[in-house]
Amino acid sequence: MDLTSPRIGPLVTATGVSFGYDRTPVLLDIDYTVEPGGFTGIVGPSGSGKTSLLKLLLGTVRPQRGQIQRQPGLAVSYVPQLETVNWSFPVTVAECVLMSRSTRRLLPWATAAEKADVAAVLERLGIAELAGRHIRELSGGQQQRMFIARALLRRPQLLLMDEPTSGVDIGTRHEVLHLLDDLNREGLAIVLTTHDLNGMAAHLPHLVALQRRIVAAGSPQEVIVPHVLEQTFGARMDVLQHLGMPVVVDGGEPARLRPVAG
Amino acid sequence: MTLWQSLLDPFGYEFFVRGLVAAVLAGALCGLIGVYITLRGMSYIGHGLSHAIFGGYAAAPLLGIPIVLGAGAWGLASALAINAITRARRIGADAAIGVVTTASFALGVALLTRFGTKGPAFDALLFGSINGVSGGDLLLLGGALVFAVTVFTVLYRAFLFSTFDPEVADVSGVSVRRMDALLMLVLSVSVLATLKIIGVTLVAATLVIPAVVARMLSDSFSRMLWISTGLGSSAGAVGMYLSFQLEIPSGTTIVLVNAVAFLVVLAVTGGRALRRAAGLNDHTDLPAPTALVGAGR
Repeated sequence: MDLTSPRIGPLVTATGVSFGYDRTPVLLDIDYTVEPGGFTGIVGPSGSGKTSLLKLLLGTVRPQRGQIQRQPGLAVSYVPQLETVNWSFPVTVAECVLMSRSTRRLLPWATAAEKADVAAVLERLGIAELAGRHIRELSGGQQQRMFIARALLRRPQLLLMDEPTSGVDIGTRHEVLHLLDDLNREGLAIVLTTHDLNGMAAHLPHLVALQRRIVAAGSPQEVIVPHVLEQTFGARMDVLQHLGMPVVVDGGEPARLRPVAG
Repeated sequence: MTLWQSLLDPFGYEFFVRGLVAAVLAGALCGLIGVYITLRGMSYIGHGLSHAIFGGYAAAPLLGIPIVLGAGAWGLASALAINAITRARRIGADAAIGVVTTASFALGVALLTRFGTKGPAFDALLFGSINGVSGGDLLLLGGALVFAVTVFTVLYRAFLFSTFDPEVADVSGVSVRRMDALLMLVLSVSVLATLKIIGVTLVAATLVIPAVVARMLSDSFSRMLWISTGLGSSAGAVGMYLSFQLEIPSGTTIVLVNAVAFLVVLAVTGGRALRRAAGLNDHTDLPAPTALVGAGR
């Protein structure tokens, strides 16, 4: 499946965007651009506006001020948080993936071409053998792969994911990270939210630190620094370096966690 | 009269045969819609909507408009109001249903008490009746069933997607708002059409029980639709027959047959099926991920 986008120019541009629910402001003066082939992690604590920013990019909510411009004809797919899904819903993996196919067909059953598409995308994500299983029977990593498969079936240029590694174990987190990295290398632009600084954010090529406003944006080395983290999370944190990557530790106990030099 | 003759005796009465056909259609209709209602976590809406429509039944004759039209419009307005209040997210669906429909029911009782009614008898509306099922009632039921089957067939994927994952469906080309409104329309028409047979107080059970039993028996959405529709219509037939033989309101016997089916399935399948039907989202009874086909990298 070729995910490379032939389009040039930003996929989505947010200019001076403010957003809130009723009179409670959630996001203020956001200027942000999603470039083709980009891979960005939006980091911030709960309530910092991460999910709202995703929804603005997605187009399910409208800004109260400012503008969101999407490239004409842009195909965007969305992967929700696993924790919000009803895993006992009576569908198999293949049925779940097929949901995102065009809804214009007037007959309920899938065509041979649709079945072939689903089989191909499941194969691509390494879960072809699970097609007939009930969704409840999947592990965390397999659940995430299934939703990514559903998203890819629409052949998107941009994939938006809400906390893709929330509540999953370390093995699953690595699995998801590697998969997303592969998809990104094939040309798919990805924007995801995460509050997991060490496990997720530090591994991404580009980060945006959000606390209602954009506090900082850039590489992990530029964003995962003490003063940005303090502004974003409202707590002092120390940052160590490990194999060239930043590692965040609790600022309350620096002496015990600081590595011995020498 | 032999036992066989006494068993077949009801079929000699035209009113019973009409009632039986009506009960089968009503059961199938409620069973079909019930799958969508229960999977959306809106089991209480059937109960609420039937009460709301009761208000329409009482008000329509006073306003000089046909009962079916008035009660139908009233029910649809109530359903859309519930939907709108729920979407505003200020209060939950259960509270919205409670406010809108009980107020409508209270208004219906007040109007009936104060002004009487030219429509169906009070008891028949509450508990359903085998008597007086007219050709018009059968046409309404048949029309409602054809309408529901057509809607759910043509928009199968859109309804499935918007029921399972409305947020993603919305950004994938499905108008969730339109699907919600259409479901409310189908539900209103169905509750209205079945009210005379099953009754205001018992419609909810015929919407919920077949769907719950189907969920206990199957992990497949499409199979659930077949099982729930089949069980609903079968319970309608058996319930109507028992209603005649035992001289009990038809709504009561239909619901009791459904309840017996639930207990039988529960006894046979055990707690695992019940957990599945309850929508519990735990993985404790599942094989370890490593036992599944490996999908890791």
